[in-house]
Amino acid sequence: MLNLLIAIPLVAAIAILLGACAKKTALLATALNLILTLFLVFQYDQAKAGYQFTSSVSLIPELKLAYFVGVDGLSLLMLLLTSIVALAAIWVAPQVEKLERYPNLYYASLLFIVAGVTGAFASLDLFFFYAFHELALIPTFLLIGIWGSGDRLGAAWKITIYLALGSFVLLVGLLALYLSLPQAVRTFSIPDLQLLALKGGIPQTPWIYLTLLVGFGTLISLFPFHTWAPSAYASAPAPAAMLHAGVLKKFGLYGLLRVALPLMPQAAHHWTNLLLFLLAGNILYVGLVTIAQKRLDTMLGYSSVMHMGYIFLGIAAFNPLGLTGAALLMFAHGLSIAALFALAGAVRERTGSLEFSKLGGLAKPLPFLGFTFGLAAFAAIGLPGFGNFPAELPIFFSAFSHAGNGLAFSNFQIVGVIALWGVVISSVYMLRGYRASFLGEPNPRWAGIADLCRCTRPAIILLIGVLMIAGFRPQLFVNLVTPTVKTILAAPAK
Amino acid sequence: MNLNPIVLDLAVLALGLVLLLLEAFNEEKEKPFFGWLSIGGIAIVFVLSFFASQQIFVGSSQLAQFYKADALAIFYKRLALGTTLLVLIMALEFRPILSSYLPAARKNAGLGEFFALPVFTCLGLMWMASAADFVMIFVSLELVTISFYVLVSYMRRSSASLEAGVKYLILGALSTGFFVYGITWIFGITGQTNLLAISDALRVLAPASHTAALFGLGLLLIGLGFKIAAAPFQLWVPDVYQGAPTPITALLSVGSKAAGFVVLWRVIEPFLQTPAFAPKLQLILVGLAVLSLIYGNIAALPQSNMKRLLAYSSIAHAGYLLVAIASWKSGQAPVTFSFYLAGYFLMTLLAFLVLIVVNQSTGGDDIANFNGLGQRSPVLALGMTISMLSLAGVPFTVGFLGKFFIFFDAVKTGQWLLVGVGIVTVAAGFYYYLKVLRAMYWNVAKNPSPIVVSPLTRATIGVLIALIFVLGVYPAPVLEMLK
Repeated sequence: MLNLLIAIPLVAAIAILLGACAKKTALLATALNLILTLFLVFQYDQAKAGYQFTSSVSLIPELKLAYFVGVDGLSLLMLLLTSIVALAAIWVAPQVEKLERYPNLYYASLLFIVAGVTGAFASLDLFFFYAFHELALIPTFLLIGIWGSGDRLGAAWKITIYLALGSFVLLVGLLALYLSLPQAVRTFSIPDLQLLALKGGIPQTPWIYLTLLVGFGTLISLFPFHTWAPSAYASAPAPAAMLHAGVLKKFGLYGLLRVALPLMPQAAHHWTNLLLFLLAGNILYVGLVTIAQKRLDTMLGYSSVMHMGYIFLGIAAFNPLGLTGAALLMFAHGLSIAALFALAGAVRERTGSLEFSKLGGLAKPLPFLGFTFGLAAFAAIGLPGFGNFPAELPIFFSAFSHAGNGLAFSNFQIVGVIALWGVVISSVYMLRGYRASFLGEPNPRWAGIADLCRCTRPAIILLIGVLMIAGFRPQLFVNLVTPTVKTILAAPAK
Repeated sequence: MNLNPIVLDLAVLALGLVLLLLEAFNEEKEKPFFGWLSIGGIAIVFVLSFFASQQIFVGSSQLAQFYKADALAIFYKRLALGTTLLVLIMALEFRPILSSYLPAARKNAGLGEFFALPVFTCLGLMWMASAADFVMIFVSLELVTISFYVLVSYMRRSSASLEAGVKYLILGALSTGFFVYGITWIFGITGQTNLLAISDALRVLAPASHTAALFGLGLLLIGLGFKIAAAPFQLWVPDVYQGAPTPITALLSVGSKAAGFVVLWRVIEPFLQTPAFAPKLQLILVGLAVLSLIYGNIAALPQSNMKRLLAYSSIAHAGYLLVAIASWKSGQAPVTFSFYLAGYFLMTLLAFLVLIVVNQSTGGDDIANFNGLGQRSPVLALGMTISMLSLAGVPFTVGFLGKFFIFFDAVKTGQWLLVGVGIVTVAAGFYYYLKVLRAMYWNVAKNPSPIVVSPLTRATIGVLIALIFVLGVYPAPVLEMLK
């Protein structure tokens, strides 16, 4: 089942490279994947919890390295996010005729990213967990380099080299973790490692956790390793930015929740203050930088970096509320930022520029675009009714639950206050951006432009619809991740 | 079938002699015939190598003291055969360019030897894999080097090729001098030229002679450093790689390096096993590795010529291989660097194969000649893409798994300096390998006409790509060979 989920986009990508009809094949593959994922979600036995639908093939028995897939609630939630965003991304991708060069490679690259990230979320073996994520690196390089806009060359180099560096740091961290175990129990299997951690069998070496944090952090754009993200997202074609900001970046967070935290809780505790400091940088510093942006695409890029701060805060809090909120925010943020990038891409296609000074008054000629962009922006700010709100709220509570000594605030509470101000910051830049591009007097240049074509609207409606479901019935998703959160917290923390 | 491995060497020797005689006495023969004959012959021996059995003359004969037939030897024989096979296929593609640089006394003059000499090089490489005595090592090493002297300067009308030949000759002779001098020092101290006997002698060596032994070892390392293209003995590499006929560059970069590493391993193993020498030797190896990694990767960044790029990449990969050797722990099988070399063999030869076809149709081997290759020939572009990604170390390719094992060993032995330098240089590698991708896909070709690829080359590219992916996920077949 899970193998099929990984194989479908791969096979479709190869078929497209061999000459199959690009857009139709890609749409079919991603639609099939969404159906399969929904099927898995409904088939998943929530009462039993734990890893289900597992299958494995041993590859290097001496190292206990195997191709091993399986899912629990958290990975299912991430797979659901992947399938939804993938379908939407392929849906809004330009028609084959509109792409000047290598139209088939364009769709194949998108599908390779989908396959890689699906594989990463489904893998229960550290090697494949790592390797699948890397599969997305080169397609991103090609997508930005060939079809990107603006300073695409610089952006493509920056993201590729930055992420290559980050992932090799991560690799060394994972190897160090593996090799720090006694010879007899060394294994790449994540479930076995988690069992070992419950028994206290994993040495809690602080620097190994720090290596993992820097490695994953680079992939997530943790301050100060974030500079690759805004330029890359601004230059990438819309579907690539949707997949990257929406899904791929969640891999690092998923890695923290799946590997780093449950296996090394005490080592994680050692670095809590450092993490708090860095995530405050994400929220405050990057937030202020976002306000200063003069273009819609870089503003969205920075905003996606800033919102990672909230998720980090939930993870750092290390309590049921915080982790649940973090997992939910990963899902909701993925959907909202994907919708925003899709819409920004549609605007660029029509106006040829995303500079605020050249936009304005777009809501008149583009009512659907303007309306949905407003909804997605509200979601990103964290207004009630969208998935982001019930996700951010518990994160704030979780930060405040780390009470300080008497009347003095704890570090958590200080960062919690900063994070609350972050909401204000994000409403400032989102609303400013919205006003600058959509409100005001319609520019005479907008005379001939048409609203989003009816055939692509369902993709946006899908993203925002799921966001609203998550906003009104968060329990549906919370139930999925609760058992996972319990297992993460079960390991002895101090 | 239990084939004595020495039969493989003798078969290659016979093939080489037959080729030379046929060439000498059949002036009228069409020259591609020699190409096909040599390819066929080497292919047969390559297949036969899978029936060779190890340890055929353990202690039973005099030859056993000179000639090792262990798993490592058979593995490197296979590597030499595979390299030669692919180089001969490249030579077939390369014929038109080659004949344009030869004095044309008559049509096809001098092309026959171009297929015979690599067969002799192959013999030398195979013999090196088995050599267990300094005399043997020296003889086989010289067989390889002397045939390279001829091959590198084969294009007599190209001044670059002649320049490369002279450089290779002078520095090759110099390194041979160091190597022989090293042998005499070791012989002077231990009274032995046989590696096994040297190993025994080292264990009981008087402490007073330790410095002398280390000095001898240092001289040997200089000589071998030249062969494996490790910094700071890398000066000849870029010019010779660029000037030599491209198939010969491929043979130099893969065959010569692989054989150099197996000899290096055989020579330093006795020292690594002796506690008195191990730490000092390890320090030297770490130094060589760091220098090669940094020099190779940094110098590759600004290159605009594909052959020079591959030359610096060859130095960089020598660095990774040295990391594997420096992180070796007593009692471990020497698997890591051999696996890496198997991967290096696949990806580098794939790059050279594509380069030759591109060179032939665009008339140059600059990276700019690859512009728009994605549109001109998707097959070639795919081959080059996979090769570059594997060299850079993208997962699911054999290049990544090789690096994975190397970092694994380095973390295991706590070589943090090497780990740190390795991480940075891998990231640098991404830049210059992806530069080729940029040319192929981002840039637009001046002449967008499609490139025709011959069926043999097409099939070879397909096989190499498949092997890169298969071994990148399922390394067991190669690991099994090394047991």
